[in-house]
Parts: sequence; structure tokens; C-alpha cells
Amino acid sequence: MNRRNFINLSGLGVGGLLVGGVPVYGNTVSVERLLEPGVDVATKKRLADIALNAARSKGASYTDVRIGRYLQQYVFTREKQVQNISNAESFGVGIRVIANGTWGFAATSDVTPAGIAKCAETAVAIAKANAKLQSEPVVLAPQKGVGEVSWKTPIVKNAFEIPVKDKIDLLLKTNAAAMDNGAGFVTSNLFMINEQKYFASTDGSYIDQDIHRIWPTFTVTAVDRAAGKFKTRDAFSSPMGMGYEYMDGLASEKIPGPNGLVGYRNSYDIVEDATLAAKQAKQKMTAKTVTAGKYDLVLDPNHLGLTIHESVGHPTELDRVLGYEANYAGTSFATLDKWKTKSFKYGSDLVNIVADKKQPYTLGTVGYDDEGVPAKEWDLIKNGVLVNYQAIRDQVAILGGKESNGCCYADNWDSVQFQRMPNVSLKPGTEKRSVIDMIKGVDKGIYIIGRGSYSIDQQRYNFQFGGQLFYEIKNGEIVGMLDDVAYQANTQEFWNSCAQLCDKDDYRTFGSFFDGKGQPSQVSAVSHGSPTTRFNGVNVINTGRRI
Amino acid sequence: MAILSKEEAKKIIDKVLAYSKADEMSVGLSGGRRGNIRYARNSVSTSGESDSLGLSVTSVFGKKSGTATINEFDDASLEKTVRRAEEIARLAPENPEYMPMLGPQKYLDTSTFAQSTANINPEFRAQAAFDSIDPCRKKNLTAAGYMEDTTGFTAIGNSKGLFGYNKSTSVDFSITVRTADGTGSGYANPDVNDVSKLSTRASTEIAMQKAMASVNARALEPGKYTVILEPTASVELLQNMMRSVDARSADEGRSFMSKKGGGTRLGEKLFDERVTIISDPMNLELPQSPFGGGGGGGRFGGGGNDGLPQEKRTWVENGIVKNLAYSRFWAEKKGVQPIPGPGGFIMLGGNQSLAEMIKSTDKGILVTRFWYIRAVDPQTQLYTGLTRDGTFYIENGQIKFPVKNFRFNESPVIMLNNVEALGKPVRAGGNLIPPMKIRDFTFTSLSDAV
Repeated sequence: MNRRNFINLSGLGVGGLLVGGVPVYGNTVSVERLLEPGVDVATKKRLADIALNAARSKGASYTDVRIGRYLQQYVFTREKQVQNISNAESFGVGIRVIANGTWGFAATSDVTPAGIAKCAETAVAIAKANAKLQSEPVVLAPQKGVGEVSWKTPIVKNAFEIPVKDKIDLLLKTNAAAMDNGAGFVTSNLFMINEQKYFASTDGSYIDQDIHRIWPTFTVTAVDRAAGKFKTRDAFSSPMGMGYEYMDGLASEKIPGPNGLVGYRNSYDIVEDATLAAKQAKQKMTAKTVTAGKYDLVLDPNHLGLTIHESVGHPTELDRVLGYEANYAGTSFATLDKWKTKSFKYGSDLVNIVADKKQPYTLGTVGYDDEGVPAKEWDLIKNGVLVNYQAIRDQVAILGGKESNGCCYADNWDSVQFQRMPNVSLKPGTEKRSVIDMIKGVDKGIYIIGRGSYSIDQQRYNFQFGGQLFYEIKNGEIVGMLDDVAYQANTQEFWNSCAQLCDKDDYRTFGSFFDGKGQPSQVSAVSHGSPTTRFNGVNVINTGRRI
Repeated sequence: MAILSKEEAKKIIDKVLAYSKADEMSVGLSGGRRGNIRYARNSVSTSGESDSLGLSVTSVFGKKSGTATINEFDDASLEKTVRRAEEIARLAPENPEYMPMLGPQKYLDTSTFAQSTANINPEFRAQAAFDSIDPCRKKNLTAAGYMEDTTGFTAIGNSKGLFGYNKSTSVDFSITVRTADGTGSGYANPDVNDVSKLSTRASTEIAMQKAMASVNARALEPGKYTVILEPTASVELLQNMMRSVDARSADEGRSFMSKKGGGTRLGEKLFDERVTIISDPMNLELPQSPFGGGGGGGRFGGGGNDGLPQEKRTWVENGIVKNLAYSRFWAEKKGVQPIPGPGGFIMLGGNQSLAEMIKSTDKGILVTRFWYIRAVDPQTQLYTGLTRDGTFYIENGQIKFPVKNFRFNESPVIMLNNVEALGKPVRAGGNLIPPMKIRDFTFTSLSDAV
């Protein structure tokens, strides 16, 4: 992370603590402050109109304004102690305009009529300055104004209303469960986010949104000092677009798997998962090292989500396809000429991948995106064929489209919105099939669960993925645990080797809470749903080394 | 601009400290300006500039501490922030690993600030972008680039009399040049403190050459190859390894520095005897903050570290592990001196230039950049990633033809045991790193990506 408003988490005076480079935006505040209401809607509308009018009077042909209050609470623990608690609030206004056919953006934390008017003028001045270097004017897909509307993540329990002590108690109980079951070390964290966003544009939209997300996670480490070995197992939770109800651990949301494994749908039992994790981390110590070669892979949704993210989500971002990310994340193999053939086989006939901003409980779900477009669902890959991309208002004309897909996002009020990945998910199979059914049909395979190491090239052809747990399948049965497993494939070959899908009862979401893109880098949160899926004849390598 | 002088910063910190009712209090104050310009498809896409000034207060009662931050500097706001930090501290759980604050420290006077960088304005950035786009347009190549400049200061102080101040500037420039048909791609990524040492045109010309030279790449079989790694390629692998030289993880048995049977590998020969890695905040090519948590710009207050002084330190000498980083808590537990982890590091090398290294190679691969590097196994420091933006086959001392990109699976520890030759160190990614010739580097598959 390389952001101007990045601060080290230092709430408990743990000097320089950086947990996975997690960004904290804004000022640290008291817990109570997180529950105080922000500016009322009527005032926000009045302030927004000041921005719209000021920009118009300076010559803007289009303006949108985002008044944003971004709240975060993060809790970090290890073993028996709390490492850090961070409460943060960031409040301000971002104004984006088109003047002389060119975008301009400015932002301010001075949320007063004068501050906002000045900010709008700056945005117009920047647009006019940049217009001199512009070769083609911005073409914005039309969006009818939606009037004064509101949307809220349908949460049951606001995580910010749950006392911090309860959260600490749950995390320490999680750690104790891991330690009692053989862990050498354990860290556990809880991330909670609330975006209170007000959007207004010259199209006639005034949209008030209240968006909630939560992510509980841990890492359990088993250590054998005598052998000089250690193994870890990360949580099988998923970050969700939910409130604290995700932590309820409802039995009805658990999916029993083979070998005592448990899959979690829309409710997570962190203590149970940590208990299993400690036992499994110890089992990994003595797991058999894999023999490199071709295997049929049975991939759990908590693993496959990241493969979908990297090999389908990113390559179908239109800004990447067009070259706007060439200097950082890269471009894409899924080029427009392939799409134009209407027959480019991205995957086998079984592969149906949808993009959406609407699926309940997911990270990408909103009422409207950050340029006022109502949430939608659309096909990216249909029966294996590439049919569409992820596009926003200033891109969709390139595809001959007339309306945006509605996937524009900025990670803070002072960041400019741009195209970000919606939820991208693999549809479940229509035939009744459980994981156990699927494994029965595999002669030589590996069942992989959990997010591990991941790497993919800048055009998204060649990738390598690890995982958390690997089980060897022989003649339809799991025969033991494997270690040192990673698979390498070419995206198109991999998706064309997709041979079988479990049904909707096995469907679960995986999520990425801090997906990075752009320069300066912005984060976004996105979910990927899938059933357990089988891929035939994938190249597996052995990653064991001695130093 | 929000650059306070040492005296101005001290005045504010002293005022804030005077409000304290806690057992201990520390204050971090930082500010600066950050500007950027981004372009793609030979056109500027975004540019911006932001100023920031922020103060962070940490109050401590016993082993309980709380932090509050503020961007306003009137007396009432400052006092309110101190009271809030104290309130948060009182409610906080005890931190059994809390270490009492340090007393006054002696800090080196490092040269991290350059006026030329502080003078950057939007016109300068636009010109820098033009200097990069213009030569590409003229050769029918496509430029995508990003330049970010930072000018800032950080001041730290505490109730035990510690005070530190550092001013710094930095510029990071990256440029990717692609051929119009997308079959060739080149890259350059210089970073400097002093922008007068940066030419976006010269860097772009290097990227242009690599783009044109990488067209029509041929496929070679993956396997073990002798490679010459440009510093831009090897920097991330080495940086990842250097971030893992923490004594606590090693003692806890969960690091590549853990010793079989317990303890750490301090004093062991872990690398080829030509490998020596140091850090030196006074190095003129790579000046560093004199205390942890330095760097400029942060809107929300600096510090973030407890103020341990940075000084010249040897991490690896002739292949032997000489130092590990010790937090103050772990150092006390182990009865040793605390050692902050290095900011940037310096890997010593030889006098050979990259061209001379190529000339002395019978068969090998020149790697100009690695991409998407991720840890595969922390136990062995095994990483995977891919070559990108120009990979070339060398035969009989000459670059023969471009080759398709490879995926690698390799550990920097193994790599630094397979050293054939080290060249003259150059700055890359905030470190000084020599070009390296390494035998038996492991490529595991091919990529079609350009």
C-alpha cells in the first residue's frame, strides 16, 4: 500500500505494527464516535447542490459529487493478548467534472459551502488544464437521474454497535481453541467497515447509501522446533457484505464435507474453524510431499474464488483490455477481437460466469455504483464463450453499449472513482451433486481447500495457485493429506478443463477485502461465488525445497 | 506547503507534551506534499497533488496505551486530542509487551532532502510526462507511466525528552512502453531523492529499446538456467527476504532464520561468501531516515515507531548472518540490544557493468524484470513470479534473441548460494543492488504474456 493517508496501526502503542499492509484511512476516533450519525440527508443535498452549481457556473458539462463518511474498526489479537484496536473515521467530499471534454477531480475535507464551491472550481480548472493533453473527448453513456433515493446493506446486527469487549472475547476464545488443539501460535483479526456515501450528479440523482462489510480471519501456526519445521492454516471464513450476524455460526449455514471439513455459507463459526485449523496445521507437518504431474483437481469455493478473481475477474476489466493499466497491473489476453468473434471459448460449456452488484451478503453489492448507476447483473462468460466485459459510463460506448454496467468505485471520498471489479461468480451446476459425489468419480486427483499462494502474469495467461489444505484422491476416495502442492495452468486451458460442478446447495462465496488497483493504488472489496468444481488433468508441481 | 521546520515542529510537540496527564506520552508530527501524474495510451489520464499535516498522540497509563490523531493545530484541538488519547488509553486492555518509552537519542544527520524535488509543481509533472510520451509517439510506441513525488517531514518526541526531526523527498517513476501491435514491451523504474538525477526521457528511452528488442520472442523450454538479473528484477526477492530477518519469528521457530532444534541461524554461513548486505542511512546514493518511521508526507502524524536510531549495520558478511532485527520487547527478553529492521539495504558487489557481465556469459538468460512475486513457502523463502517486459537469450557473450516470459519458483536463499558474479550496485526500489549472475535458476513454465 502506498497511499497518502496511510497510517501505521498504533492504537496500543505497538510500534510500527503493520498487519499485512492493511490500510487505515482517516483519523482515529473513539468507539462512540463510530455510532454517531453523520450529516443529515437534507444538509448533504444542499451541500451537493452547491458543488453541482459551482462546477456548472465554471463551465462543467457534467458533475458528480460524493460526500463520504468512511468508518473502520479493526481488532488484532495474538494468543492471549490484544495487539491493537483501531477506530477510524474519514469524512470529506470528492467532486468530479467534465469540462472541455476532459475529466477533472478534486477533493476536500473542508465540508462547508465555501470549501465545496472552491473544490468544484479546482476540479474544473484541472479538467481544463488536462484538456490540452487530451486526444479524444470523454463520451459518457447516458444515465437517467434516479431522484432522491436511499439504499442500505440489509444487515441484522450493526457490527459497530457490538461492544469491543465482546469482539475481543470472541477472538481470544478463538485463539484459546487453537492453542488447546496444538497450535504453537495464533493471530486473529476482525475488520469492520461502514461506508456512508451520498452521491449527487447533474443527471438528477441524489443517492444516500449505508454500506456494511465484515471480515473475521486468523492464522494458526504449528511448530516443530526439533525438526526445524512450521506449518500454517488460515481461516476458512469469507469477508462478507453483512453485519455482525455473520459471526453467529449458525448450524443451518454449515456444509459438512469429507474428512470432517466444514464449509461455511453465510454464517461463520470462528471457534470451530480455529479448532479444526490447529489440528490440520499439525497434520500438515507429516503430510506426504506431492509427486509432480497431472491431476484432476477438486476445488473448494473458498479456494476457487481467488482463481476466478485472478483469471476471469481481472482479465475482463475493460480498462485493462484497453491499456489503461499497462504500467501497473498490466493488460489482458481477453482482447476485443476475441470478444468480437462471439465464439471465443474461454472455458468449457459448463462455465457460466456472471458479474453482479446485487447478490445478497456479498462485498460488491450496493444499490448504486459511484457514478449513480443502479446495481445490475450481467453475463461475462456464457456456456464457455466470452460475451461481455466490466465497463463503466465512459467506456461502454467502446463496446457499442448504451448503458454502463454499474461497476464504478472509489475507495474514499478523496480518491477518484474508476472501473472496479463487481462480484464475479461461477454459476452452480443444475444436476444434483455434492462434494462427496464429485470425489467418488475421481481416480487420481487432489482436493484443494483455502486461499494460498497466488501469482498470474500481466496478461492473465499463466497462473500458479497454492492452497491451505490438500487431500490426495485415489479411486474415488480421499487417502490422506498432501504437502508442497501448487498448480500451474494457462487460463483458457484451465477453464476448458472444467469437467463438473456441484449444485447450488454447495455454492458459497469467497471474498477479497483489499483488492488493489490503480496508481495511486486504491483498494476495493469483491466477492466470488462458486460451487466446488472439478478440473481435469491440471499440472501440479512440488514446491518443497531445502535451504 | 505543510513542511514545518525543526523549530516549528518542536514547538508544537512541546506544547502537546505539556498537556499530558498520563504516565508517558509520545507525539508524532508529520506533513508534506504528494503529487502525481499518470498516463496511458500516450495521454495523461489523471494528475493530482495533496498537502497534509497531521499529529498523532499516544498516551500511556501503566501498560495501557491509546492513540488519537488530529489535523487541526489550535490549542483547544491539541488539548482535546491529548485528552482523547488518555481516555482511549484508560479503556484499553493491558499490553503485556509494552516497553517504556526511550529517553533522548542521538540521531545521524542524513541527506534525505533535495530542494529540487521540493520545487516540483504541476507544470514540472506535465513536462516530465510529455518527455516520456513524446519520444514514444514519434516511434509509434505506446507509453503508460506514473510519477509520484513526495516532499515531507517527520518529527517525533516524547515525555522522556526524546526528540527527532527529519525532512525528506522522493520521486518514483515507472514507465511501460509497448509496441503498437502489442508484441513487445519494455520497462524502467528509477527512484531518487533528488529529481535532478531523474530524466523521464532517458528512462523512457531504455524502456523503448527493451520494447523494440523484445518483439517476436521465441519459446525456450522451462528448466534451470544461468540468469543475469538486473537489479530491477532481483530487488523484490531480496527485499522480501530482508523483511523476514526478524529475531522473534526466528526464535519462535517460524522463519527461514529458525535453527533446527531451536534458536536462530545468527552466525551461520547461509549464503555464498561473496554476499554482503549492509544498511547505512548516511550513504549518499541511498540516504535513509535516521530513525524508524521516518519518511515524509503522512497526513495523520508520523512516528509509528518508538524512535530507535538507525545506524550503519551489517546484516550479512561474506555469506554469514551477522544481525537480525530485534524489537525492544524481544531484545529485553533475550538480553540483547534492540535493532530496528533496515530501511533500504545495500548489497555489495563488484565493479563489472551489466554489459561486461553479459559479455562474459556463454549461455544464459537476461532477466530485466520480475512480476507478481508471491511467497510459496515461508519456511524456505520460496517465491513464484514471472519475467516481464523484456527477457533475452545470451550466447557467447551476446544477446541473441528475445525469449517468451517464464514463471519461476525460486528462493533468494538458494539464489544467493548460486552466485557466479556480482556487478556494480545501482539503486532499485529504494535499495542498492548489484546485477547478479546466478546459476541454476529455476523456471517452471512458459507464459504467453507480453
